[in-house]
Amino acid sequence: MTAGNKKTLSPNRFDMPVQEPEQRIKNFAEVALGYDEETVAVEAGRCLQCKQAPCCRGCPVEVDIPAFIKLAAQKDFAGAIKKIKEKNALPAVCGRVCPQENQCEQYCTLGKKYQPVSIGRIERFCADRELERGTVPQKVAVPTGKRVAVVGSGPAGLTCAADLAKLGHQVTVFEALHVAGGVLMYGIPEFRLPKAVVQKEVANLKELGVEIQVNAVVGKLATVDELKEDGFDAIFIGTGAGLPYFMKIPGENACGVYSANEFLTRTNLMKAYSFPDYDTPIRVGRKVAVLGGGNVAMDSARTALRLGAEESWIVYRRSRAELPARNEEIEHAEEEGVKFQFLTSPTRILYNDDYWVTGMECLRYELGAPDDSGRRRPVPIKGSEFVIKVDTVVVAIGQGPNPLVSRTTTDLACSKRGNIIADAETGATSKPGVFAGGDVVSGAATVILAMGAGRKAANAIHAYLSGQNTE
Amino acid sequence: MYRITRKQVLAPAISLFEIKAPEVAEKAKPGQFIILRVDSEGERIPLTIADFDRGKGTITCVFQEVGKTTRVLGTLNERDLIKDFVGPLGEPSRIEHYGHVVCVGGGVGVAPVYPIARALKETGNKVTGIIGARTGELVFWEDKMRDACSELRITTDDGSYVRKGFVTDVLKEVIEESNEVVLCIAIGPLPMMRAVCNLTREYNLKTVVSLNSIMVDGTGMCGSCRVTVGGETKFACVDGPEFDGHQVDFAEMARRAVIYRPQEKISLEKYLNESKGGHRCQGSCRGENNDRRE
Repeated sequence: MTAGNKKTLSPNRFDMPVQEPEQRIKNFAEVALGYDEETVAVEAGRCLQCKQAPCCRGCPVEVDIPAFIKLAAQKDFAGAIKKIKEKNALPAVCGRVCPQENQCEQYCTLGKKYQPVSIGRIERFCADRELERGTVPQKVAVPTGKRVAVVGSGPAGLTCAADLAKLGHQVTVFEALHVAGGVLMYGIPEFRLPKAVVQKEVANLKELGVEIQVNAVVGKLATVDELKEDGFDAIFIGTGAGLPYFMKIPGENACGVYSANEFLTRTNLMKAYSFPDYDTPIRVGRKVAVLGGGNVAMDSARTALRLGAEESWIVYRRSRAELPARNEEIEHAEEEGVKFQFLTSPTRILYNDDYWVTGMECLRYELGAPDDSGRRRPVPIKGSEFVIKVDTVVVAIGQGPNPLVSRTTTDLACSKRGNIIADAETGATSKPGVFAGGDVVSGAATVILAMGAGRKAANAIHAYLSGQNTE
Repeated sequence: MYRITRKQVLAPAISLFEIKAPEVAEKAKPGQFIILRVDSEGERIPLTIADFDRGKGTITCVFQEVGKTTRVLGTLNERDLIKDFVGPLGEPSRIEHYGHVVCVGGGVGVAPVYPIARALKETGNKVTGIIGARTGELVFWEDKMRDACSELRITTDDGSYVRKGFVTDVLKEVIEESNEVVLCIAIGPLPMMRAVCNLTREYNLKTVVSLNSIMVDGTGMCGSCRVTVGGETKFACVDGPEFDGHQVDFAEMARRAVIYRPQEKISLEKYLNESKGGHRCQGSCRGENNDRRE
């Protein structure tokens, strides 16, 4: 379908224009190119403006979706972004990386019979347009005189900081790395989420009056207790899931075995793809195996191709149906030539005399009875050992919470896995005045869920601080 | 941005910086490290804290110009700015009353061993310091170490200063002279730490080493610095950098330390070609990008 067909309701949404696979695997530029103005207006015109707005149920940060879609259909993009930003501090990010198919778009009435409205793509257009043309200042409440420390500048921390700043609180964000954004900067690749976009969103936060301190490792520089002593009235911990899990199989420390975190951090945050113009090196061999089946695994496999690998394999112990990655990411990976080895898991990494990876010994699996997650449990097939020859292995089987903050904070209750225990509705922890949200609480999840947790915590912190006022 | 408030050339290609970072200085303890990034295209390199001054709000780092990054660092002067500086990272040294402790500093390793020796002596330990260098002109901080230790011994590989021999030769003498040595702390190039551990193992003398693994974030996020200690994988950045030397898999460490050797060479050559009048490699440079004191 082409733009211009405005009168009748089209059953289909507009396709997202993309860089062609053969082209894009040679660069790190963004894959999805974005709708143009005409397309957005027509696509937005497909919205039925349902009174009960089922789409809103699917949005963890409660954006008033029909309202912004209506404005976009009228080409009032300034109005549309203003509407979005009432609830979402990072729309250019969410328009790109939210799994809309499982959220807002899943509930779209149109989707029952046809394809749902492309809510995410419209959001992205509105956000990008504002970033290009300069942002409209947002309203900030009268200063309350309360100070809030936000630990970690990923999606949870940034959302919490933006909300609290708008409510008039003085917010300082502490970030351990040299640039704000957390996983948006070090984890998600440039070709899915350009870093310039993230930095523009961060700049918007600064305009709200949020102070961002980079190179500040809470737990080392100051502890949470010391932040309280230093006069912060409340603290939000959004330190994410930054601790990489390994398989704990022999040979895993061989040269050429990376955690996905390292592989992606070197590439995204440190720009190793521009080595030697940038100093940080990365080594990607001719044949790369990525262990795992989530979005991080897809990102790693696609990154490997762009870094020059001849073959990039996803090695996953279940089957295609169980891949936890977004469909769009799996499809993009397939289009780019990423290969899949399903029902397979390595038992040990093989290496040469110089300790460099030469391959993996693997076992084949079959699917048995469903496990706790409801997915069929992968069961190894005895005697099915075989060797895959590879020279780089990227372990992308998940991440846990970084313990630097919890280890150095008294009275902060954590789960056995090290996740901070926090109230699902308020983010309140076992420690008064200390709130937490995002991956550090939930375990590795999505950007938007972290943002939702940041939002809830911001509301709870505001209530907590307002309560303090009346005491 | 972080200002270099003092620069001192300690020996050929070995320099000292005092860097203004009051919050880091407030918290720094012996044994910890910092990570710095020279400019916005730079890599993050770890440097062990050689000293700190809470009053002045400065951290002292000593580095040897080896790869591109340390060479660029070497061209900076007092009042120049460093883009990023983060710390204090890693676990501090365990400073307790042990009795007689030997602190061995090999090469640039003298710098990080100095604050540990000082703290140990202040805690009432008898501290024997050993400085080892390839040649006499590379010996630095002799006076500071003499003050920090109860006694100080110096040796050079080529015998050009004080005596000829490796730190292990001197260490062996110290152990044999006194049967009261209960702890050895050894910091320096990997082969040196490995040799020290091989020696002290014979005497069943507990030995702590500080590992200079390749790192990116330095906060436990990437796993680049992983090292096998006692059969278990540890992250040097958050579990270390100090470990029981007798448990460290040095063979693995040595191989992991050279992962990027080809890229380090490319990076250094590019830098040397581009920098006007820069130092030309005479063949002794090993082109390490990510090394804090070898």
